[in-house]
Amino acid sequence: MTLKEIAEILNAALITDSEYPDINIQNACSADMMSAVLYYHTPNSLLITGLTQPHVIRTAEIAGIKTIVFVLNKKPDDSTIELARQKNIPLLSTPCCMYTASGRLYQAGLPGCLNK
Amino acid sequence: MALNISGAIEGSFQLIGGNFATAGEASTQLKLKLTNLGVHEDIIRRAAIATFEAEMNVIIYAAAGRLHYYITQQSIKIRVEDMGPGIEDISLAMQEGYSTAPEWVREMGWGAGMGLPNMKKNSDKFSIDSVVGEGTTVEMVINFS
Repeated sequence: MTLKEIAEILNAALITDSEYPDINIQNACSADMMSAVLYYHTPNSLLITGLTQPHVIRTAEIAGIKTIVFVLNKKPDDSTIELARQKNIPLLSTPCCMYTASGRLYQAGLPGCLNK
Repeated sequence: MALNISGAIEGSFQLIGGNFATAGEASTQLKLKLTNLGVHEDIIRRAAIATFEAEMNVIIYAAAGRLHYYITQQSIKIRVEDMGPGIEDISLAMQEGYSTAPEWVREMGWGAGMGLPNMKKNSDKFSIDSVVGEGTTVEMVINFS
């Protein structure tokens, strides 16, 4: 699933400025606990979260996450955005809550990181 | 798989407790080092996750610590020693979901009780030694094949 498709499904705005046309997201996880994100890890995945601190970006980088969606229209501060730019991880913000964002993407064919 | 390693590569990072601003930097640098050596990305991710969890434990719980790595053709060995409170009951701490993290740490997204289980899950060899009031040492080996 491309970044453009994800943004459309979630009615999400791109926070970081690049288009990242090459990103192909293959699965997703939803979590506010960073160790849960690290537990799920799979390559080319999407993280749906309500946390916006810079260590979310570091966790994403370590776990192989290629894109992050912040729920409830949350906007990270400049330090988080700058770190995401450095790590080439695009950030999106959706008005959806975590449950709805996850459901919409799952319904559109994006599976979970854990196949169970 | 042939790696660009002759002999062994080793080094260490100093970790400062409570320093969330740069938390994860040691793991990120180690990940980059493994990438440059040509290690397979699945192995790198496991090593990076195990290292990151260990690094975060030092940042969250200890005053300070040191992360030491030793890379050969066959594997990476990571040892993380800290000057922290120690763990009273290691078998309890190894249970998924058990955590002694304070509320402010949980609000930052840590303290889910998955740290030590994640380290063990991503390592081929895992050992932990802890003395209450002195500190904790974690050793992990991740094989390259």
